[in-house]
Amino acid sequence: MAVSVYIPQPFRRFTANREYVEVDGGDVAGVLDAVNARYPGFDMLVYDRERRVPAHINIYVNNQEIHELDGVATSVEDGDQVAVIPALAGGAAPSTALTPDEAMRYSRHIIMPQVGSIGQRQLRNAKVLIVGAGGLGSPVAIYLALAGVGTVGLVDFDVVDLSNLQRQLLHQTEDVGRTKLDSAVDTLHAYNPHVRVVTHPAPLHSENAMEIIGDYEIIVNGADNFATRYLVNDAAYLLGKTLVDGSILLFDGQATVFKPGEGCYRCLYPAPPPPGLVPSCAEAGVLGAITGIVGSIQATEVFKQVLDIGRPLVGRLLLIDALTMEFREMKLRRDPACPLCGDEPSVMELIDYDAFCGSPPLEAPAANGGGH
Amino acid sequence: MEVRVNVTSVIQKTVGGQRELTAEGGTVAEVIDDIERRYPGFREQLVDDGGQLHRFVNVYLNDEDVRFLEGAETALSEGDELSILPALAGG
Repeated sequence: MAVSVYIPQPFRRFTANREYVEVDGGDVAGVLDAVNARYPGFDMLVYDRERRVPAHINIYVNNQEIHELDGVATSVEDGDQVAVIPALAGGAAPSTALTPDEAMRYSRHIIMPQVGSIGQRQLRNAKVLIVGAGGLGSPVAIYLALAGVGTVGLVDFDVVDLSNLQRQLLHQTEDVGRTKLDSAVDTLHAYNPHVRVVTHPAPLHSENAMEIIGDYEIIVNGADNFATRYLVNDAAYLLGKTLVDGSILLFDGQATVFKPGEGCYRCLYPAPPPPGLVPSCAEAGVLGAITGIVGSIQATEVFKQVLDIGRPLVGRLLLIDALTMEFREMKLRRDPACPLCGDEPSVMELIDYDAFCGSPPLEAPAANGGGH
Repeated sequence: MEVRVNVTSVIQKTVGGQRELTAEGGTVAEVIDDIERRYPGFREQLVDDGGQLHRFVNVYLNDEDVRFLEGAETALSEGDELSILPALAGG
């Protein structure tokens, strides 16, 4: 047995990219010396010129900061865990540093150069709203919570039904009859207690959408009806928010990302189908696992947006056919004639979406809850 | 000229449950007419009484929305692929 020292991602260039270094115990100073003996130069990272641990470096022994113990004289025994955690570059307050628990929990993300500890902190600072805690909302919310997205907002007013359990991962058998939001909060906190889950237990409509959506940076659409889809699209565009869109039916899925000015849901589908023409999942059925495919794609796009990495699914509509397992891509353009984001817009504020879609009001069952 | 037509989701039931079929026509409208001859009721899923494509069903020529081309009058070439894609609301 030895002492395991967690090396933060930015310091790993000194440790041959090792996340953990095993050394003999003694005290913290001895442990740091031992790491430096193996990886010369490590010293410079954890000590200043007076050979004190600078304020922007926190060192933890078994999740306790050594300032609360005996500083570098804190004794360390075999089997203990030591973690070296730097604050954000630029001298941000130490409170913004990742805790050892966070560093460990998210280590498989942090270790990737596209993420790092700075990326992980961007995730922690992110605020993402998910409309619908149903089929798509479930995998999106779970993956965002697992990834350490700091604030996950959920809009839903539905109650868990037995028929939801074939696909809605947030809810389990014992949750039948509870509100989806109560069930979702418990599930997400069980996965990751660090995530703040903000619940909006009301149907989204023109009177509350701007206020709710305005609090978030990225919006994820997991609604189960056209009226809510157009409402969320319009509100996100008017507020300048990125909208990560996904929809499912039968064995089919569609996913795309709308960035203001680069096309919107109205550019893709200028008008909703007449009521009754396109069935709902309740009427036609839906493959449970397709929610996982499309929801995982949406969660991935949120992750990329927060970290500003990769090539977003913008200007492209991804089509998924689970029966043939074909993924195809169509071009998605901003329509200059779009009434919302076109050259001469006529939709300058939210409208009556029930009238627009010819649908019954949202207070009716099977509204924006994400797959009633 | 012969083109391949991909039919997704709920539109499949109007063509006997097929996901892919071939059809003849020099334009999108002619291909729709050709399929309509074999599967009556197909056309009304895609175009209105005036022959305009519905605004809630998208038709793509290869990967381009024909709304940004010539709509139903978009000309086709041998081997082109049309995809018919209704909006889905499920979540």
